[in-house]
Amino acid sequence: MTPPGTQDILRVLPELAWCGAGVLLMLLQPLVKNRQALTLISMLGAAAGTLVTFKAAFGEGFGGLVQFDIFSLFFHWLIGLVAFLVILASDSYLERENLAPAEFYALILFATAGMGVLASAQELLTAFIGLEMSSISSYILAGYRRDSIKSSESAVKYFLLGSFATAFFLYGIALIYGATGSTHLRLLATADPSSNLVRLGLSLILVGLGFKVAAAPFQVWTPDVYEGAPTPVTALFSAGPKAATFALLLRIFATIHAATDFWFWAFWILAVLTMFAGNLGALVQSNVKRMLAYSSIAHVGYVLVAMAAVTTAKNADSGLDPAAAYAAVLFYLLSYSLVSVGAFTIVSDLGGQGERYINTDDFAGLGTRQPFAAAALSVFLLSLLGLPITAGFFGKLYIFTAAIKSKLIWLAVLMAINSVIGAYYYLRIIVVMYMHDHKGNMPADAPTSLSPTVAMVVIVTVLATLYLGLAPNHILGIVLDPNLILSAR
Amino acid sequence: MELSGHLLSVLIFFPAFGAAALLLLRGDDQLWIRRLTFVVSLVEFVFSLFLLRSVPINAPGYSLVEFGHWISSPPINYHLGVDGISMFLVILTTFLTPICVLASWHGVHHRIKEFHFTLLLLEVGVVGVFLSLDLFLFFLFWEIMLIPMAFLIGIWGHERRIYAAMKFVLYTMAGSILMLVGIIWLYNFTGTFDLPAIQQMLHDGVLTLSTRTEMLLFLAFFLAFAIKVPLFPLHTWLPDAHVEAPTAGSVILAGVLLKMGTYGMIRFCLPLFPEASHRAAPYVAVLAIIGIIYGALVAMVQPNLKKLVAYSSVSHLGFVVLGIFAFQNISMQGAVFQMLAHGISTGALFLLVGMLYDRRHTFEISDYGGLATPMPRLAAFFLFVVLSSLGLPMLNGFVGEYLILLGAYQVHWTWAAWAATGVILSACYLLWSYQRVFFGEVTHQKNRELADTDTREKWILATMAVVVLWMGIGSPFFTGRFAAPCKAVIDQMARPFAREAALPAASPDTAKPDSSGHILASNLTPSSSERSGTR
Repeated sequence: MTPPGTQDILRVLPELAWCGAGVLLMLLQPLVKNRQALTLISMLGAAAGTLVTFKAAFGEGFGGLVQFDIFSLFFHWLIGLVAFLVILASDSYLERENLAPAEFYALILFATAGMGVLASAQELLTAFIGLEMSSISSYILAGYRRDSIKSSESAVKYFLLGSFATAFFLYGIALIYGATGSTHLRLLATADPSSNLVRLGLSLILVGLGFKVAAAPFQVWTPDVYEGAPTPVTALFSAGPKAATFALLLRIFATIHAATDFWFWAFWILAVLTMFAGNLGALVQSNVKRMLAYSSIAHVGYVLVAMAAVTTAKNADSGLDPAAAYAAVLFYLLSYSLVSVGAFTIVSDLGGQGERYINTDDFAGLGTRQPFAAAALSVFLLSLLGLPITAGFFGKLYIFTAAIKSKLIWLAVLMAINSVIGAYYYLRIIVVMYMHDHKGNMPADAPTSLSPTVAMVVIVTVLATLYLGLAPNHILGIVLDPNLILSAR
Repeated sequence: MELSGHLLSVLIFFPAFGAAALLLLRGDDQLWIRRLTFVVSLVEFVFSLFLLRSVPINAPGYSLVEFGHWISSPPINYHLGVDGISMFLVILTTFLTPICVLASWHGVHHRIKEFHFTLLLLEVGVVGVFLSLDLFLFFLFWEIMLIPMAFLIGIWGHERRIYAAMKFVLYTMAGSILMLVGIIWLYNFTGTFDLPAIQQMLHDGVLTLSTRTEMLLFLAFFLAFAIKVPLFPLHTWLPDAHVEAPTAGSVILAGVLLKMGTYGMIRFCLPLFPEASHRAAPYVAVLAIIGIIYGALVAMVQPNLKKLVAYSSVSHLGFVVLGIFAFQNISMQGAVFQMLAHGISTGALFLLVGMLYDRRHTFEISDYGGLATPMPRLAAFFLFVVLSSLGLPMLNGFVGEYLILLGAYQVHWTWAAWAATGVILSACYLLWSYQRVFFGEVTHQKNRELADTDTREKWILATMAVVVLWMGIGSPFFTGRFAAPCKAVIDQMARPFAREAALPAASPDTAKPDSSGHILASNLTPSSSERSGTR
């Protein structure tokens, strides 16, 4: 194998930038004591990784191990944006909880680099490396509040179950290699669809990745981990790794014929289970953070509906154009990521020190106490609910359209029913914020206004939510790009 | 005039600008908040009167059409238009909104700015629903309107307001999300959300839906509308919402929001899915008749005055649905007229009940009695409105019910016979409750000192009374303007091959009512005899 040339380096430029910034932060940690300076450096690092995609040329690198194309460009932007916002939102959180900033930011950047690898991996073992990079950083981040029992529980749970799932993934790769003699997606594309070994390998891969995106029945860890982790980290979990893992899922299950022919029902069942598990679980939560965790499961279910549409549309004899289904997945991931980062950020800031005030009752009367925070949270909740002129509405609309185009009427109807269940618990928060009065006075240590950095994140995400809801044409132009589909093929 | 080119956009978004202007005022500046909202809604009403000039009489089709591309994929367009039916519903909306502002002048005390902001946003959504010609745009406004209404009920309502608000939202949303699936499914066949374009496709035979698909699509749309109307047995959200809502909320809810359901049936269900409508009609009619009688019976035993009015809405809206699903030119006109008349009469009833509540803070009929002695003027207005609501000739309630019964009779005499019992029952419960509230001895000491109507209330009620009288006497002014669009709907209902399949012998020319709305008893639309055969 030849040593990597300039072209190869160009393909992984974003990952190099993110990793480089992470290493830099570790080195600066003993020298720089100023938290804000570190925040600024890591934000610059996150932005740099995103912006160098302008310099990166499309094409394969490292002998076909990674592929940089519009598809991975989209996900690099998405991941970079999420990392940028999460770092900005963490600044006040770290101060409030008195946590060390440098390692925290470095871990976020390493995780981001791992997600970047996932998004552009063209080969299963490369994907595995990306998955591990992002997972291991995530395990540490989940337990970053060392003095909190819940945070440690979250980390241990995530680590044990996560490693188990990764083993499934790895075993799947091994079986695929045994069946076809390759782990490269392009070579797998022609694998024999009827081979049982391929099917078994793919289903193990699906289990592993299903765990990472929290698809039912592999979702049980999610509420505990999300609840225990520091809230900015939860925001990251709900957006970044999910998007990256879905990128890999799309690459696998939209390119390999063996995958597309057989897997429709697998995604159908996963989607239905996930939607119901998420929504029914969220119904009974009194802790807003936990409710949002369950809701994130539900939203994964909606994306899986679109994945079912992808596999149906990609089926050789369906004669359908899968473009709408791809676009649905990508648009939904983008809109959900933004909304979810915004929502978790607000909840984190409203929770006060130690996140004590994140029960539904603590939000009573927020509409009069903190009109801005309440209005912004309402926008996010309405977007999660899927009400018009928000991003979530078009996200849901495109999934509906994709599902119905692929003749998955019943799946669409089940998704509609789930949306109504979802409406109940999202609206309940809005009702509490605006229609209930807080019993007695708020405790003195409860925050009275959003901290400036959090407010910035919130403003950005609210504007993005409304922009995607009012004028989605531009983003649609990207996700419907015909080259996107070619490259995923 | 530059304005007229975009009159419909102005109508939709002017209240939104008014709402934005409200945000600039200080929250405790109550008087100016009320004044500004009143002026904005009044100007909006004046704008809507321009529609009367712009919409031609006796010509179907849409006027003042505005078209613009909005979303590229799927192609969603900003397509607005108005015809005789939607015009009056818009005017009804813009008429009731200033009335609501006036009615809440003393009744609403807290969070005044938010209240008026919400009221104006609600107007944006409702007017948008009536003016959209793009299925998608329609759905959008339909959903947007939900949140302000829920807030009106949930923040400024009575004791169980939050329960009622949630119930209202969830019921409506359950229906509308299925409608969304239906809209997208239809889009999958047509490639467009544009209502006139889809109608053209159906007319040209480019688009033919299989019987099963059409039925499912019809149900997806119909369910959303039936919940909104509300049709028995989907009506249970309505009494809660009405009783808990503040007066302004009840007036808008009864006056306009319920009409969105029946409007949707006329505008979408019937023209888009004619055969499914024909096949569903007997069942729908039965449900409508059950609603008429059931609503009336429940109203009769209500100890709560506001709930009584709410159940009377169920009964009256049953008439509208019956009129629509009789597929007769005349009953369709009756249905549209009844929609408007019910908006005025029931709106006025809710205003009156609200005025009683402002004085005594109770809705229980037993807490009143003999009110005619301390407050003769209010009693007189109340009587006038009660008479209009129960359908006294010369007042507005009569025209609609009469036309509907006439049309229903042509389809099947039993429909008319059963529905007519609803008219009698409505006289019973309305007059009986009126008697218990206003006549007899004053049983409660508190009621002796109640003040009669003040100037503001007199103006509100007088305005409503004038409209009630005008609609009763000058009904051709209204029917003449929506006769053509009603006939257009009926015509679209009969596709050539559907007619042949249903009844080969009938000639399409038999149903030709003249413009004044009279129709000979022999003028059945062909399919109606087929339907009477199935019953």
